[in-house]
Amino acid sequence: MDYAAVVFLEILYMISFLVLSSAGLAIVFGMMRVINLAHGEFVMLGGYITLFCHSQLGWNVYASMLIAAPIFVGVVGLVIERVVIRFLYGRIMDTMLATWGLSLFMVGIVTLVFGTSALGIPTPIPGYALGSYQMGGYNLFIIAVAIVLIVLLWCVLRFTRLGLIARGAMQSADVASSLGYNPRTVYMWTFTAGAALSGLAGGVLAPLTGLLPSSGGAFITKAFITVITGGAAVIAGTLSSSVIFGTVNQVVSFASTPVIGEIAMLAFAIILLRLMPQGITGRFFRGSA
Amino acid sequence: MIRWPSIGNIHWGGFIVFAAVLLLLPLVIDTSTPTLLIIYGLFALSLGIMWGYAGLLSFGHSAYFGLGAYTYAIASVNMGESTLPLLLAIIIPAVVAAVIGAMMFYGRISDVYMGVITLVVTLIFYKFMRATAGDAYMIGDARLGGFNGIPAFPTLNVPGMPEISLFGTPTYYVCAVSLLLCYLLCRWILARSFGRVLVGIRENEARCELMGYNVPAFKTAIFSLSAGIAGLSGCFYANFNEIVTPDVFNMQMAAEVIIWVVFGGVGTLVGPIFGAAVLGYVKLLLGQQTLISPLLILGPLLIIVVLLFPRGVVQTVASWIRPNAQRRRRSGKPRRRLVLSAQGKEIT
Repeated sequence: MDYAAVVFLEILYMISFLVLSSAGLAIVFGMMRVINLAHGEFVMLGGYITLFCHSQLGWNVYASMLIAAPIFVGVVGLVIERVVIRFLYGRIMDTMLATWGLSLFMVGIVTLVFGTSALGIPTPIPGYALGSYQMGGYNLFIIAVAIVLIVLLWCVLRFTRLGLIARGAMQSADVASSLGYNPRTVYMWTFTAGAALSGLAGGVLAPLTGLLPSSGGAFITKAFITVITGGAAVIAGTLSSSVIFGTVNQVVSFASTPVIGEIAMLAFAIILLRLMPQGITGRFFRGSA
Repeated sequence: MIRWPSIGNIHWGGFIVFAAVLLLLPLVIDTSTPTLLIIYGLFALSLGIMWGYAGLLSFGHSAYFGLGAYTYAIASVNMGESTLPLLLAIIIPAVVAAVIGAMMFYGRISDVYMGVITLVVTLIFYKFMRATAGDAYMIGDARLGGFNGIPAFPTLNVPGMPEISLFGTPTYYVCAVSLLLCYLLCRWILARSFGRVLVGIRENEARCELMGYNVPAFKTAIFSLSAGIAGLSGCFYANFNEIVTPDVFNMQMAAEVIIWVVFGGVGTLVGPIFGAAVLGYVKLLLGQQTLISPLLILGPLLIIVVLLFPRGVVQTVASWIRPNAQRRRRSGKPRRRLVLSAQGKEIT
């Protein structure tokens, strides 16, 4: 019984991890059809900002990860959108290449500032005992953040004027612009919001994953397959593919080793894409947000 | 560095000069660095023919490069000589690519999704190879060695004579001649109807399909061929380093080859080779100092090339030198409208 609860919580944690780390990418891809290969580096940057604010400036760790990291990374995203991305709309391959260059550059910068050694943030929540198993209490916090994030995102997209404009621009940029909303402006803020979400994910996940300049690579691949497999609908797609991949990863990991679990997840992604070349939401949940 | 005609008649004068320079180079300078640059060039050529002519971009071409390196190392440890392993290092990546390619192309997967799948394949190899430490992972006599890779394996030898192994200048000649032969092979393929159909697919896939060509079969074939050349370059790379580690599969390797091709110019064969040589040399120079990370140069370089030189630096510079080449219709990058199958929407 305890073991089942442990497995269940681990699966839930993995799903939350995937939701958090791919939300930013999903927004940018779903709204703008831009695949941001520097997404992993945004997440990594969020982690470093949290570390800096917490250990150098002495801020509260929650303030650092929930407020400072998203704001800073959001501003970085805004600058990048103005300087690079806005020239490349509609050229999906070129955008991928340019953002790849950006990701290399950001790894270089962070290496220059923080060095190549692994850094960490102590987990602010102590562990607890579940039967005879010792569990990380911080995992529950991550699960909670992921749930709040999804609900908040859904509410914003569904019930606010801002969300209406964003969904309108996503469905038809021409109609949105004929109604007086400049799609370029919408895109700019969408990219900024995506970057901010990535920063948030980086801050929240940093105590568990540790920090390395190259750790963006671990996020981008998982986020990438989650978003692409999910398809165009932001929330339904991310959620459904996170659930599938999180479950596959953890079940196989428990049955064998974590490496095999990860490989199983990647192989499963290939099979899913082969069966549903337009993503899960291309086939199911059509028209959802 | 002039823009050759994209199909058909090869610029023989340029080719002969280039071949002569390559073959006479060992008389002038040490061959170690040029060997590495030629290996990079061969790798870039393999991606260049697939991306530039068939319009297929593999985001994880290092999978086949690494597969070639590992195949060679494993086979040569088991066989004790190099001739058959060399052939296997071409055949096995080609077969693997044919299987993956058939899966993708017969499934009608669009270019973005193809990028994801090729990337994921590389990652699977990378993660798997890093986890293969210990005695449980042996193929014949070869220990896969996990993180540390396969260190000691027989390097290239004269065919049929395992006791005479090659190193230094002879290895350089093997690599240089292979590069020239692969270049000629690619030119020959492009001059045949097969190559014309590939370009047709790049320009308008639906039209080719309607004309009765089996588009997935053509795509699979060029993907497999490209992987074979990448495997050969991986095999040479293994010989050059005398060790194979999982790093041959990593993201940086996959990124670099794309940067080389973009830098040299998509839609040419010479561009990628020069791009690889120039940037490979820059990387070597940057690697010699520890002040700044090479990434700080390579990253912005890629952004600048994409933003300012969408046809590639080599092509752009060539068109400055020979302005009349500019009259030729731009055939390289698919910069036209992109139809996104995700929702069937078009973005201009």
